Amino acid sequence: MGVATMDANNSSDTDKVRREYLVFALGSEEYGIDILKVQEIRGYDAVTRLAKSPSFIKGVINLRGHIVPIVDMRIKFDVGNVIYNDFTVVIILNVLNRTVGMVVDGVSDVIELSGDDIRPAPEFGAVMNTNYIQGLGVVGERMIIMVDIEKLMSSDEMALMDAAVAANV
Amino acid sequence: MTFDMSQFHQVFFDETAEHLVNMESLLLAINVQQPESEDLNAIFRAAHSIKGGAATFGFSDLAELTHVLENLLDKVRKNELPLSRDIVDASLLSGDLLKEMLAFHRGDEPVDEARIAVLKQKLEQLSIPGQAAVPAPAVAVQPTAAALPSRLHIEIYPPVAMHVDELWQRLAALGSLQIMQAPDEQADPVIPALALLSTESPCDDVVEMLAFLLPPEAFKVVEDLTVEDDGVGFFSLPPIAPTGDIAFEEDGFGLFAPLPASNVASHGDIAFEEDGFGLFAPLPAGPADGKAGIAFEEDGFGLFEPLPAASAAPVSMAGSVTAPVPVKEPVRSEARPAAVAASGAGENSIRVSTDKVDLLLNLVGELVITQSMLMQYGSGLDSVEHENLLNSISLLQRNSRELQEAVMSIRMMPIAFVFNRFPRVVRDLAGKLDKQVELKMVGENTELDKGFIEKLSDPLTHLVRNSLDHGIESPEQRRAKGKKETGLLTLRAFHEGGSIVIEVTDDGAGLRRDKILAKARESGLPVTDSMSDTEVWALIFEPGFSTAAEVTDVSGRGVGMDVVRKNIVAMGGRIDISSMVDIGTTMTIRLPLTLAIMDGMSIKIADETYVLPLNYILESLQPAPSEVKTIAGRGQVVSVRGEYLPIVSVADYFAIDTPATQPDKSILIIVESSGQKVALMVDELLGQQQFVVKNLEANYRKVEGLSGATIMGDGRVALILDVAAIVRVNLQKAHGEILTAQLH
Repeated sequence: MGVATMDANNSSDTDKVRREYLVFALGSEEYGIDILKVQEIRGYDAVTRLAKSPSFIKGVINLRGHIVPIVDMRIKFDVGNVIYNDFTVVIILNVLNRTVGMVVDGVSDVIELSGDDIRPAPEFGAVMNTNYIQGLGVVGERMIIMVDIEKLMSSDEMALMDAAVAANV
Repeated sequence: MTFDMSQFHQVFFDETAEHLVNMESLLLAINVQQPESEDLNAIFRAAHSIKGGAATFGFSDLAELTHVLENLLDKVRKNELPLSRDIVDASLLSGDLLKEMLAFHRGDEPVDEARIAVLKQKLEQLSIPGQAAVPAPAVAVQPTAAALPSRLHIEIYPPVAMHVDELWQRLAALGSLQIMQAPDEQADPVIPALALLSTESPCDDVVEMLAFLLPPEAFKVVEDLTVEDDGVGFFSLPPIAPTGDIAFEEDGFGLFAPLPASNVASHGDIAFEEDGFGLFAPLPAGPADGKAGIAFEEDGFGLFEPLPAASAAPVSMAGSVTAPVPVKEPVRSEARPAAVAASGAGENSIRVSTDKVDLLLNLVGELVITQSMLMQYGSGLDSVEHENLLNSISLLQRNSRELQEAVMSIRMMPIAFVFNRFPRVVRDLAGKLDKQVELKMVGENTELDKGFIEKLSDPLTHLVRNSLDHGIESPEQRRAKGKKETGLLTLRAFHEGGSIVIEVTDDGAGLRRDKILAKARESGLPVTDSMSDTEVWALIFEPGFSTAAEVTDVSGRGVGMDVVRKNIVAMGGRIDISSMVDIGTTMTIRLPLTLAIMDGMSIKIADETYVLPLNYILESLQPAPSEVKTIAGRGQVVSVRGEYLPIVSVADYFAIDTPATQPDKSILIIVESSGQKVALMVDELLGQQQFVVKNLEANYRKVEGLSGATIMGDGRVALILDVAAIVRVNLQKAHGEILTAQLH
């Protein structure tokens, strides 16, 4: 009881700060990522295939002169309907001074949450490993899975970075 | 306002590094027996500038060492000391230590104090004989040197003068400072801040320090000569009166130094010299002057020079007290702008960070891509209806090409930046190895990408050391072979096609085929006697390969040649050897002109486009079915003019689905890497053009078989094949198959 109150006191300042999160859909789940990590949202277009890469790495695109790899989260987490058309959405992320694009099922909205609104994540059956999940955001009836996108993108399983770069996280 | 000196540190570091390089090259070029006095002066000047800068920025370690060095050099340039090999050596060593100190201040390892102390002692020792022999002129250079501090009147004009406290503090560090007068901006004319500094630092150092901090018109330093001339029309002032009574000029032209009241002045008016406007310092007369000459601290730029007391000066000390005729003092501050102007005219350049240049290059690359996209869309338009648009597009094309070339040339630097270190390396090494070597450098002005300049110096140094150690023989051996005792090492750089070629040639013993083969067998490398010379020479690039009989200080550890090759290949270049026993060896490095743009051939496999760097391509051909042979277990080979080359299917390599898998229905591109030829099988050749090379690792990671990416005219990304890696993998696979075949 005493411990809990202390925690509440300590964290109350930071928890009142409201941050914005971008919510995207993957299969039937909704995920939220820190909007400051998002550079832009664009369509899926002109991807050059990279040989000898995992199937979820679709290839690279030319993003205004930068060569940016594209990851299809639907393939990675084996959800959703993997088709590429005019409605396919790519979220361009800026993580660890790198630019990475990820294909998701759709982007719904931007929500504002304070630390209080985010509950610790229980061991549950999301498609994503709980290591990358910061908690559950509750907005009215919706439950949004908050993802530490930096940790996820630099992880070994995404195979996006050389080990040396990822080690600097 | 506080002066943040650290913002100037980078400039100081750069300048000092330049001075050091300059000093070193002069020292190396100098003829010890008959040195040119101009060179000696230039060397002295370099040391002097380093000292001045170091003292200003508080790098006392640099300043102290340079001070000792400067003393020695000063004696040499005045012919008080004969220049000797020892002095050159010690000066070079000082340069090295100064470089290390500089590196330390930039965040490197600290320099061993003991080495500095030893060197200082050595420098002092070297300068002793001259001092004993001709003591008088040594005093003349800095008339107020150690024993008598010079007294400097310093004026600071507003508005800068409003922040003089900081300045005074800095000046106080140099000696004892007496602040005579606070500035008053409201007064008309403006009243400058005045101070009197008694210091052992030369006037020039103070001027230089102020020049760093203030605009030249904002300050004035006048040296007050405590030592008297012999009284013919030139009188200095006696020490300042305790009253601190000051008279200064009203006209504000800054031409006249304010004259501190002397103790004599208290009972007499201070006379200003009204004529001449201080443009010329009065010339000292007297028999002593001719001999002592005018010791120009700054070697003659600037209109004003302080007139040092002649050697006979001290005699008239008493006279000045009774005859106080104040004279205009030479105005030293005027000398600085002249110097700045002179050096500014000499080097018409600015320092720009490479990041900015790279950004510019990137943007121009984008522009070129956008332009070629426009071209492509334009080509579909009706040429009559859209004539103006199409003309504009082709004008844009020309302009953007020119812009691209201009921007590229910013990154280009003459290879002299690498070559210039070699006279020193060769000199030191030849001395260490007891060999006589002449170094010849050809084509130092050949330009190449700045990125290469930095990466080239290590491999080239290694090659030069190798040539000296293993290539060029000792004078006795050379005599026995009937060659000149002095070996010749040539560094040559030139453009050839789209690449830069750098050759390191020695006229030494050459490579010994039998020795290399024997060593290779010992190391367990697969070799045969029937290998071609090129293949044999290539063996020395294998890791751990050294034919040196013993490991020396210079080379022979067997690390190195493989690293050299690795470095060169990493730059997109290659290295070849040609050698003849007793005639010599030539190592040839070929590099693309620039890192950022590459000539390439775009090829098509199924519907994917790849780019093949042109410098690997020998030829392309469409083989007749009879020329393609299948070798059991080893894939296919193609016969090209009697030579059988393995066929590597790029489609297989990258697991691309393509209907054409028959060599006789595809196109074969013969590529060569590290002396190995391979025929790459592709579906179609699209064309040859220049590509802006982009890094895959920037946002992704290294992909085997790819060296980067580029953006095509339609805005799509095309991947650049890493030919070296593909050839290497093919070779390993082949070796693996041979081994498997032998096991069965």
